[in-house]
Amino acid sequence: MSKRIDVSGLTAYYGSHKAIEDISMNVEPRTVTAFIGPSGCGKSTFLRTLNRMHEVTPGGRVEGKVLLDDENLYGANIDPVAVRREVGMVFQRPNPFPTMSIFDNVAAGLRLNGNFKKSELGDIVEKSLKGANLWNEVKDRLNKPGSGLSGGQQQRLCIARAIAVEPKVLLMDEPCSALDPISTLAIEDLIGELKERFTIVIVTHNMQQAARVSDRTAFFNLAAVGQPGKLIEIDDTERIFSNPSVQATEDYISGRFG
Amino acid sequence: MSTAAASTLRGATLPKWSPYAIVGGAIVLGVAIGLVGGLDSKVQWGLIAGLLYVLGTYAIAARVEGRRQAKDRVATSLVWVAFVVAVVPLVSLIWVTVSRGVKVLDVYFLSHSMGVVADSQPGGGAYAAIIGSLEQVGLATLIGAPVGILTAVYLVEYGRGRLAKAVTFFVDVMTGIPSIVAGLFILSLMLIFDMEPFGFAGSLALAILMMPVVVRSTEEMLKLVPNELREASLALGVPKWRTILKVVLPTSIGGITTGVMLAIARIAGETAPVLLLVFGNPFINNNPFEGAQSSLPLFIYQQYANSAGANAAYDRAWAASLTLIAFVMILNLVARGIARWKAPKTGR
Repeated sequence: MSKRIDVSGLTAYYGSHKAIEDISMNVEPRTVTAFIGPSGCGKSTFLRTLNRMHEVTPGGRVEGKVLLDDENLYGANIDPVAVRREVGMVFQRPNPFPTMSIFDNVAAGLRLNGNFKKSELGDIVEKSLKGANLWNEVKDRLNKPGSGLSGGQQQRLCIARAIAVEPKVLLMDEPCSALDPISTLAIEDLIGELKERFTIVIVTHNMQQAARVSDRTAFFNLAAVGQPGKLIEIDDTERIFSNPSVQATEDYISGRFG
Repeated sequence: MSTAAASTLRGATLPKWSPYAIVGGAIVLGVAIGLVGGLDSKVQWGLIAGLLYVLGTYAIAARVEGRRQAKDRVATSLVWVAFVVAVVPLVSLIWVTVSRGVKVLDVYFLSHSMGVVADSQPGGGAYAAIIGSLEQVGLATLIGAPVGILTAVYLVEYGRGRLAKAVTFFVDVMTGIPSIVAGLFILSLMLIFDMEPFGFAGSLALAILMMPVVVRSTEEMLKLVPNELREASLALGVPKWRTILKVVLPTSIGGITTGVMLAIARIAGETAPVLLLVFGNPFINNNPFEGAQSSLPLFIYQQYANSAGANAAYDRAWAASLTLIAFVMILNLVARGIARWKAPKTGR
């Protein structure tokens, strides 16, 4: 059920500030693509343009095309709400809904969208929690608040919530940066399993993580502070980390940056 | 300097009981000065004692501990004095209201109204006023709270540009409207349409007074909802209006309820617009849409103003005051209960 993403000539702005410029790439279905690069180079901004979350920020606007299986997300008459149902997102900090129980958190996407059968809800929640490797830890306390879980469990809860609505693509914005190494490992394993079902794009600051989880890696950089970020290169992860074609990539990866 | 190396870290300190001793000394001195100087007002005694306490703390601490610690102790003592200055009138107000109010506050007082009982006679009660207050404040809340909450939702979630700025500005202006002006505004409408005083007119004026308070407090509460929660919901493909309804408002419901309750408490005590628009009525009138009604603050005012020095009327005024305070207090407790019940759960 996963879909392919083709981006061409994408430029994103915050008001009059150009955050990223002229980015083109494609992401194959059932792969993990990692975005690496220094802070402020527009990785997260680019990620958010892929499910039209960028325009939620006041002043955010986008030029260019993002094709999801040949349909332009920025075309006329495209409903951003419908786009976000196809392209799910997991954020940097775990953000379960504080008023809802664990069960309700996972069911939130379905309930709030209103399109579900009551009888199926329990099965979907169980399936999603199992998919996020969280079921065994929370099955006895599904009615407890989601905010009572540990950070790593909360993040997996957020992943369960995102996959419960059966998106085609899953975007992850530094999903492990607030987590300890053990929870990080749990989520990395999970990413490996999820890529059987979804197209996954992950932003990370951790290059070992990019090397461990991704099939392809994209390196972003910016010429100077205040300049728009650009895609420097995208290639198979193995090549990026062993023999990148651009010098800047090698400098960044080997820590000889700037 | 040559002996203990720790002497730079260790200084002389006043014993733990010294603040209490200074307080005691200051009070004794204050009373003594008051008696000797023949000052009538006990408030003056208290203020002198407070001043002596602050000065004494500084003098003693500066001598024993040094200037920096003395400043610290003066800051602490100022906080305490300010606390006492704030609490004493509050406690005295509640004490006087309760002690004078309970004299006639009984089931009879709560379930009967003045009717033909003369203001100078004992008997009668505040039933008509209680009914009037409940109906007027209830109707005002039904109008003011939804409008206020929706305005705040607009300002926080949708408002951009000029309209939002204008709304914010006028909400600020409305916050400053004296209650009598809100009353006069509705009164002028009533005069245009040639109407007699009735309860709902008072509700309208009270709603005008309530709205800006609700908008302000709700706005602050909505701003406290982390943006991450909105984004999490939007990223699930939930439309914005459902995100606000199902995620943003439930997360902040506790604070919003508290804000609405504070606004109700504010308008429950308003006398001026009620005086103009509802007029007052010693008889029971259950219909807020026709005929003059009474209300608790108005009842208190009228009992006091028309008493002609009769103790029975004063007692009724105090009892009605106590009823009003209890009414607001119960509302507050209910609001806190709701806030605690609905607040985001954190425990495991």
